[in-house]
Amino acid sequence: MDAATTDAAPARSRMTARQRRRLARGVQYAVIVAVVAVLAAVADWGRIAESFFQFDIAADMFPEVWTSFWNTIVYTLLAFAFGMVVGVPIALMRVSEFAPYRWFATVYVEVFRGLPALLVLFLVGFGVPQAFPGIQYPGGVYGQVAIGLGLTSSAYIAESVRAGIQAVPKGQVEAARSLGMSRTRTMVTVVLPQALRIVVPPLTNELVMLTKDSSLVFVLGVTTATMELSKFARNELTDTANATPLLVGGLLYLLLTIPLGLLARRLENREDHR
Amino acid sequence: MNAPIVKVEGLHKRFGDNEVLRGIDLEINEGEVVCLIGPSGSGKSTLLRCVNLLEEPTEGTIEAAGHDMTGPDADLDLARRDIGMVFQQFNLFSHMTILDNLVIPQRRVCKTPKAEAVETARRLLAEVGIEGKEKAKPAQLSGGQQQRVAIARALAVKPRLMLFDEPTSALDPEIVGEVLAVMKGLAAEGMTMLVVTHEMGFAREVADRVLFLDGGVIVEQGPPSEVLANPQTERARSFLHRVLHPAD
Repeated sequence: MDAATTDAAPARSRMTARQRRRLARGVQYAVIVAVVAVLAAVADWGRIAESFFQFDIAADMFPEVWTSFWNTIVYTLLAFAFGMVVGVPIALMRVSEFAPYRWFATVYVEVFRGLPALLVLFLVGFGVPQAFPGIQYPGGVYGQVAIGLGLTSSAYIAESVRAGIQAVPKGQVEAARSLGMSRTRTMVTVVLPQALRIVVPPLTNELVMLTKDSSLVFVLGVTTATMELSKFARNELTDTANATPLLVGGLLYLLLTIPLGLLARRLENREDHR
Repeated sequence: MNAPIVKVEGLHKRFGDNEVLRGIDLEINEGEVVCLIGPSGSGKSTLLRCVNLLEEPTEGTIEAAGHDMTGPDADLDLARRDIGMVFQQFNLFSHMTILDNLVIPQRRVCKTPKAEAVETARRLLAEVGIEGKEKAKPAQLSGGQQQRVAIARALAVKPRLMLFDEPTSALDPEIVGEVLAVMKGLAAEGMTMLVVTHEMGFAREVADRVLFLDGGVIVEQGPPSEVLANPQTERARSFLHRVLHPAD
């Protein structure tokens, strides 16, 4: 094998393929070490520590930060719940035999997937109340968030669920119909349960996205009680003129998103082994 | 003689430009076992799937198990309870346990009370030789076991007629027999069966009538002793030769 390779490329150096590979890898290590060394030498470590690692500032954030941490979770879950409640029916409409349902669902998905979440949140928070004076969202800001972030989320969820529905083998539908199940019965009893299982991993990713999108809630104007994590960290940043709160806030986000990401990956693997 | 349980008249089926069935007339009597044989693409499966309207005929009329399947007022969901179907790929509901595969259709389709549905399910599973697998998921069973469960599931809603679409084609050769044995038992009990198959041994032994399809028409039909042993047409002769002596 080696002999053949060298025969074919006599112009190349006399190194074997393996030696060349080892050399290439050695060069890459050397570059990485050099970059790290330069950064370490150039950076002002005292300055960095002062900006990001002030322990007393971090300690001062507690326990108040837990309120905003909790709100982040609540906003995320509310938006996700709304997204599911609306997204699953939209997905069903997307695959409906009845063309107007399909048209409506397609427009819905394209609109709410295409608009920035921030803009939708503004529309729900300020546009709608202006157009319909006297409108009251249930739960106040919580209702606004559920709808404002949920609308965007429902479009993504609808697309995931639609993909899941279409991934259910056609034979499952035929078996159900041949047993005398109606179209609706088949959807509810056979297709949806399988489709939802298929889309658990993408829906978990959607939950991660929503966790981060909950940082947009500040535009609705929140109080200390309804503040989420990003807003809280930013307020602390302003108060202390120090970046440590951002680090703490960031770590708290990762505390939520990394386990979700791991969960999504585990669920994906479980699907593979089925 | 009783009215036929299946009556197909002038059946045509087109997929786009491809006319798969070109005028099929077929009557099957109660208790009869009919095997459909023929080369792939001859329209056997399409004909079978037209009987319970899984495929909609382009032209022609179909009556099955006392239902006017192609009529304007056909209640297909109701009709399909009377027409069981077994698929090549088994198509067991993969998210349900074996027991639920039999129980849920009875509960949802026939509104059978739970205790009765479970009892029926257990009896049918025992009849097809599946025991101690009630809580298992379909994927945990072998192909032969899955297909036997699929037959039991089709029987659970008490059909008067059973359609088999190449029920053993997806199975390893050594487990084909266990599925055929269940089908033989069913035939012996007097079930009307329409079977698309490549198992000539089964056709010879169990079928009352064999239909040879080619190019979307019934080329030849009759008792297996005639069609299989002494085909009259060149097309049937060469097909049977290829099936029975694949190595030549």
